[in-house]
Amino acid sequence: MNKVFFKYLVLIFGFIFLYFPILALIGYSFNDSKRVMVWKGFSFRWYGELFKNEQILEAFYTSIEIAALSATFATILGVMAGFSLARIAKIPFRSFFIFLSTAPLVMPEIILGLSLLLFFVTTNNLFGLPSSKGQLTVLIAHITFSVAFVAVIIQARLSSFDKNIEEAAQDLGAKPNSVIWKITTPVIMPAIISGWLLAFTLSLDDLVVASFTTGPGANTLPIVVFSKVRLGLSPEVNALSAIIMLFVVTIAVGYYIKIRNKSDVNK
Amino acid sequence: MLLGSWSNLFTIVEMIDGFKNFKFWYVFSPYFWLVLFFFIPLAIILKISLSVSEWGMPPYKKLFSLNEATGSFDLNITFSNYAFIFSDSYYFQSYLNSISLAFTSTLICLIIGYPIAFYVAKSKPKIRNLFLVLLVIPFWTSFLLRVYAWKVLLQGNGLINNILINLNLIDEPLSMMYNHYSVILGVVYTYLPFMILPLYGFLVKFDLRLIEASHDLGVRPIKTFFKIILPLSIPGIIAGSMLVFIPVVGEFVIPELLGGSDKLYFGKMIFDEFFVNRDWPIASALAMSGILFLAIPIMVFQLAYQKYGLKNE
Amino acid sequence: MKEGFLKIQNVSKSFNDIQALKNVSLEIKKSELFSLLGSSGCGKSTLLRIIAGFEKPDSGRIYLDGEDITDLPPYNRPLNIMFQSYALFPHLNVFKNISFGLKEDRLDTNTINQRTDEILKLLELDGLENRKIDELSGGQQQRVALARCLVKKPKLLLLDEPLAALDKKLRIQTQFELVNLQYRLGITFIIVTHDQEEAMSLSDRMAIMQDGNVLQIGNPVEIYEKPNNEYIAKFIGTANIFKLEKNPNNNESYFSPDLNIQIQTKNILDKSQCLIRPEKIKIKKNEIKENTQEINKCFGIVKEVAYLGSYTKYLIQSNNCNFYVFHANNSISEKLNIKWDDEVECSWDHGAIYLL
Repeated sequence: MNKVFFKYLVLIFGFIFLYFPILALIGYSFNDSKRVMVWKGFSFRWYGELFKNEQILEAFYTSIEIAALSATFATILGVMAGFSLARIAKIPFRSFFIFLSTAPLVMPEIILGLSLLLFFVTTNNLFGLPSSKGQLTVLIAHITFSVAFVAVIIQARLSSFDKNIEEAAQDLGAKPNSVIWKITTPVIMPAIISGWLLAFTLSLDDLVVASFTTGPGANTLPIVVFSKVRLGLSPEVNALSAIIMLFVVTIAVGYYIKIRNKSDVNK
Repeated sequence: MLLGSWSNLFTIVEMIDGFKNFKFWYVFSPYFWLVLFFFIPLAIILKISLSVSEWGMPPYKKLFSLNEATGSFDLNITFSNYAFIFSDSYYFQSYLNSISLAFTSTLICLIIGYPIAFYVAKSKPKIRNLFLVLLVIPFWTSFLLRVYAWKVLLQGNGLINNILINLNLIDEPLSMMYNHYSVILGVVYTYLPFMILPLYGFLVKFDLRLIEASHDLGVRPIKTFFKIILPLSIPGIIAGSMLVFIPVVGEFVIPELLGGSDKLYFGKMIFDEFFVNRDWPIASALAMSGILFLAIPIMVFQLAYQKYGLKNE
Repeated sequence: MKEGFLKIQNVSKSFNDIQALKNVSLEIKKSELFSLLGSSGCGKSTLLRIIAGFEKPDSGRIYLDGEDITDLPPYNRPLNIMFQSYALFPHLNVFKNISFGLKEDRLDTNTINQRTDEILKLLELDGLENRKIDELSGGQQQRVALARCLVKKPKLLLLDEPLAALDKKLRIQTQFELVNLQYRLGITFIIVTHDQEEAMSLSDRMAIMQDGNVLQIGNPVEIYEKPNNEYIAKFIGTANIFKLEKNPNNNESYFSPDLNIQIQTKNILDKSQCLIRPEKIKIKKNEIKENTQEINKCFGIVKEVAYLGSYTKYLIQSNNCNFYVFHANNSISEKLNIKWDDEVECSWDHGAIYLL
């Protein structure tokens, strides 16, 4: 009895701690007042303001564009890296390759950002490339740290992969290339998709690296939000938070229903 | 060592020879990318950290320069940037602040996160999936917005103060923000999922019959926990702790939003040296020494990673 | 057909420093159900993987139906393999799993559908075509794996521990189905197994492997009754092995120092050991309490009794040596009434003795 009580106490307080701040923020997003903390009444006013705010909208599009591109490139490179790590024994300076593809996972973003900025400055001095900082430099930076995350996911999936499945396909007449496209890729597709989603979120979420590597006219959403909330509160940002939460919760609930149905079928 | 390099070179030649082969592209595309955009930038930091700073663009002297008067090469390597940051307590204190922040918040994350991960992992599969989704939602929600949420809550006229005043528990709003504690709170809140998820991943694989066996042998629950469950979950604890500790040392956003002027942190220091003071060599030296400081936890993480192959989500 | 259908000639294979196969030669006849039996690490799986084409032998050749297949890649070999894990494609349904191989052979859709339907019926999988693999039971998965191979009408089917993943009851039933299927289709089967009972009951012939060598090839009766050496004798069934010394004055019999008695047998050879299977030893209570020295008869004390239904197992100690006796429980009324520590008399015909 005591143990059960303690269990629920832990879980209830744990989830309250995780969700209370976000829910409070959503609540305030319906506040009519310009001063965030003074409740003036329920309204959708700030949602309207949000969609009229050119700066935020533009940053949003920039962010989505960078995130989609960087996730796609990072997935391609990450799948290659994960595949190499899991499957190809003969890699020149293998431990160096392992270092390269896992160190970005834990490298503090401030150091990552600084190093890439200095790199771009140096190449600009030497070769005139990139001619200016902007979307392209942010994109390169985001791909660089996302590759490691995708590689880890793919490597983990491949190391638990039953190699006999590929051998069986060969045995049934499929040539090696055919096996990769018809068997290996579809089987690890869920891992590839979660790698893409993780890379997408990482890019969308990144403030520090983007701050270092961006240039004029290429502000991402986190940069704009940060500049708005650095010194105070912003009702538009509250509304934005609520929308993002709604989006994430919808996906999560959809996913939950899917796995729940699947486990029902198995019974 | 030399022999090893030779055999590596042979492998390269062998692989370049087979460049029509997909293996070549599979290995070298990411390899090339990471060397170019991850390794070389780190080397550039190292180079600049050894340069002498000067006014101009870029604001440092070249490591090698042609002396026109004498016609000889001048070598401008200096360790003075490192000497400077280690002798100035201002910089050193910021390291200590960051390490203490990372250490305290990792410990708190562990204390809060372990029981949550444990009970979620022990739940029945159906409810466990629900809990897991609930744990992942904050993880996928914007990091910046979650920090901002605490700014809303902790303000002088924020929600918590309002509630406390309405309950007549306090008369004056408490000053809860812009200090070391609000930073710790923000860090614990945003990094908690990074602690819980690897721990959960470890505990869920855990054979619950071990607990039953231990009870069966007459060991009391608390002793079972400390003698059996805790030691067996150490790899998960290491993974979770490193995932919190390492990034928090370089954390810049949370102190910037929730912290005050009472304490300076390492991340902020690099940012200011670079953007405010425009002293690139000092900022680079700070970053390099940060990497050196973190080398040990990073190596611990990589070892744990290789040994136990922790899986993301 | 005199020549072997599958000929394995002097095949050797090493992994790093470990020699997995040492100059192995084997001939397997057409339409035969052949087993490779051995404990783990004996090289049987390596041999199977070499036949399937997943490993290249360091030396030696392999011929199938007169054709040298040693250098053919797996996808060009007219044979199929069924894996222990079944290795079904998790992203395809039952029908697509089974028709995969036919599609890779670029057959036309009608032929593919027709042959897949045929095999589905043959293995009683009809109705499950659209199921996902993780929605099948273990027995159904095994049959899909089998169907996926058989639909290609291979010249040779390799089965790696085909029954290991099934529970005991299902395993025995499936054993019979497998033999039946092989008999009806006439396809040559090679089964790798570590389970000697399985090998005995399934195979026409079998090869015993140890440490990269083939120790003996033969039908189950030969292997059981006339093993080549002590290892095989002990690996298959229970074996009582006694040391022998030649009698200087009587060349029709041996002296057994283990039992301290004379052993007489027809075939006099230069051997130093003999095998007597436990079920070939007769046992009765020693009522007379006399310990006369007789040929092919010894006296001992019962150290263990285990009643196993169809037979009873006794462990007998005689002259510092232990051996087993299996006594078939032929009649309900028969009462040997032998208990622990009883003195017993054990005897056997000279035909029960096999010299090693």
